[in-house]
Amino acid sequence: MLYLRRLRDIIHNRGDPVLDEFGRIGILLLFALLFPSLPLMISYLFRLLRIRPEAPDPVKMDTYECGVETEGDSWVQFNFRYYLVALIFVVFDVEVVFLYSWAVAFPDLLLVAYIEALTFIGILAIGYIYAWRKKALEWR
Amino acid sequence: MTVAEVVFYLLALLSVIAAVGVVTVPNVVHAALFLILSLLGVAGFYILLSSEFLALVQVLIYGGAVATIILFGLMLTGGRDLPAVGPGAQWPLALLVSGALVVLLLTAVLNTTWPRDAGEMTLISINTLGSVLFREWLLPFELASLVLLVALIGAVVISSQEERES
Repeated sequence: MLYLRRLRDIIHNRGDPVLDEFGRIGILLLFALLFPSLPLMISYLFRLLRIRPEAPDPVKMDTYECGVETEGDSWVQFNFRYYLVALIFVVFDVEVVFLYSWAVAFPDLLLVAYIEALTFIGILAIGYIYAWRKKALEWR
Repeated sequence: MTVAEVVFYLLALLSVIAAVGVVTVPNVVHAALFLILSLLGVAGFYILLSSEFLALVQVLIYGGAVATIILFGLMLTGGRDLPAVGPGAQWPLALLVSGALVVLLLTAVLNTTWPRDAGEMTLISINTLGSVLFREWLLPFELASLVLLVALIGAVVISSQEERES
């Protein structure tokens, strides 16, 4: 309920510093979405107006224009060993959450934060070295 | 309507449509992709509420880690063998139960007199969060890395065990 109230406050009250900053990112996002989709939409419009001819061809409609021809389905059962890569990724993904706040607060803390983060990464590096020594990262 | 209001309704539309897509799309991989879209929409809500750190966590943990686990799970199981997801024989019963739940929730929401003043919400920027985390809560912070270390070693041990068995 606190959040809904807060949301209502924000909706009726502009000038929020965080929103102002993200508003700029929003404009960038809008541009990033429009830039690739606009040519496709224009092309579709031209087809409707019969300006652009439509001539489908098996070679033209292929996924990759050149290289080895694709065969079979894209959805196959992948090797089980990839799962370890996913798990290691998740661990370092969570680490990034902590390091993000560290990076933003760094100018206020400097050397103390530097040593603290080095300890943090160092402890995790032990796990990485362990995985390396156990040859978990090697393909067998 | 203010800009924030327009953005809120667009985000709400995106999240709800994506959430409906999760349960209606027959292909499991497409459902997982819809789930990611819905979770990213929720991250947008956090930004609208000026909680940028929560938005970051939402994108990194839900949009990144959880989505990766789900997608890897689907890739490794070989989803082709799974039957296409669709309404089963029990759909009238499910419709009845969920319909009753909707009516119940809507009457509860509409009949409740919501408090007008919920108090001031304090906004915490990432900067202050980082300062507090590294000054006052240093030990829990370093302990978090130990927890992650245990998870990492556990993953390696379990996977090497399964390798030996096979």
